[in-house]
Amino acid sequence: MNVLFDNLSLYGNGFLGTIKLFLVAAVGSLILGTVLAGARVSPVPVLRSFGTLYVNTIRNTPLTLVLFFFAFAYPRLEIADVSFFWRACIGLILYTAAFVCEVVRSGVNTVPVGQAEASRALGFTFGQTMTEVVMPQAIRSVVPPLTNVQIALLKNTTIAAGFSVLEAGGIYANLSERGYNVFVGLLWVALGFLVLVLPLTLLQRNLDRRWSTAR
Amino acid sequence: MTATTGTPMISMSGVDKHFGDLHVLRDINLEVDAGQVVVVLGPSGSGKSTLCRAINRLEPIDNGTIAIDGEELPAEGKALAALRADVGMVFQSFNLFAHKTILENVMLAPVKVRKANKADAEKKALALLERVGIANQKDKYPAQLSGGQQQRVAIARALAMDPKVMLFDEPTSALDPEMVNEVLDVMTGLAADGMTMVVITHEMGFARRAANRVLFMADGEIVEDASPETFFSAPNSDRAKDFLGKILTH
Repeated sequence: MNVLFDNLSLYGNGFLGTIKLFLVAAVGSLILGTVLAGARVSPVPVLRSFGTLYVNTIRNTPLTLVLFFFAFAYPRLEIADVSFFWRACIGLILYTAAFVCEVVRSGVNTVPVGQAEASRALGFTFGQTMTEVVMPQAIRSVVPPLTNVQIALLKNTTIAAGFSVLEAGGIYANLSERGYNVFVGLLWVALGFLVLVLPLTLLQRNLDRRWSTAR
Repeated sequence: MTATTGTPMISMSGVDKHFGDLHVLRDINLEVDAGQVVVVLGPSGSGKSTLCRAINRLEPIDNGTIAIDGEELPAEGKALAALRADVGMVFQSFNLFAHKTILENVMLAPVKVRKANKADAEKKALALLERVGIANQKDKYPAQLSGGQQQRVAIARALAMDPKVMLFDEPTSALDPEMVNEVLDVMTGLAADGMTMVVITHEMGFARRAANRVLFMADGEIVEDASPETFFSAPNSDRAKDFLGKILTH
């Protein structure tokens, strides 16, 4: 217990960092992933190829490499000065979006063709058909796998510790410097993640229940 | 709904369409005047559904031209979307938006496509639902309604766009027999109000009662084009006689 209470502010700041990274990356990856899924099912060949290329490149790259790129290679490109935190967010968003894209695309395939035909017949453009009719139904049908991807993202934030963004995964390193029992310290970190995943699981259950009655 | 004199509401000339090797539409030439109710009959596989879907380019064609109210169908894109907004379509499988309530289904296109304001769109949607007899179900979702009710909502949804033409692609074929009439009654009412309609159907009663004109299709061609009286009492072609013989004896 001492490990936790003696270092409460370390734990607090660590998990706060995790939560901030997660929230930004979750929102960003859901938006980018849905747009990419739209590109992959669009009638424009260039967009389709871009989506496929993106997914196949990013999905097959280890997250560590993606984050290392933003940590060490990006500053040398001298494009714009971005803080470590935001570079970690960008890396996580780009990486997770590839997985979100594939989940949402499988959701699009569950929406009957007639739904898109009806909206085209009413005069909707492709973009409107996607945003008003297809995507809302596609996302409803993939809430459980989408939650999986987001839980994986939550845990992937620990890799950002690799380049000095303070988050929960980096707590143990600080503890060992201060001479505490690292093993016990890590158990508290694991418990912390369990607590963080809980709201996601509850949200998934809630959305599933609400949306299944609507169909 | 107003008729512009002179130009036909729908005109198709030299329309050809293939599905692979199958020649589904063969040199279709057709003009439908404003206010006309045209019923298209024919055995399955004769191309009547494809004809209907080609009119708003849900099915692209290989050759020929199609014009709505004098305006030729443009290629895929914004202009085509704008033209489709003027052509109402009712499908065999209803295709109501599953994630929207009945009221939202009817309001969505006017608000998003016509940029109508919400209050006006809602008022109009309620009036249309009243007209097709389902105003009391407005807050339910499509899956909670019977097939006949869903199809009437689909008609209201199409009418909410004030279409110049209504296309019906076998609107009663997926319905239980006791629900067919409630949908046909709505369609008969529309016909009486002067709506230009193209109706693909197997309902001979509706054809006799509401149509100004019957087209009989077989193998991708329009074989007969006659008034209902002429078609049902004295069909010209052997194909039509054969078809009528099969369905009227049952």
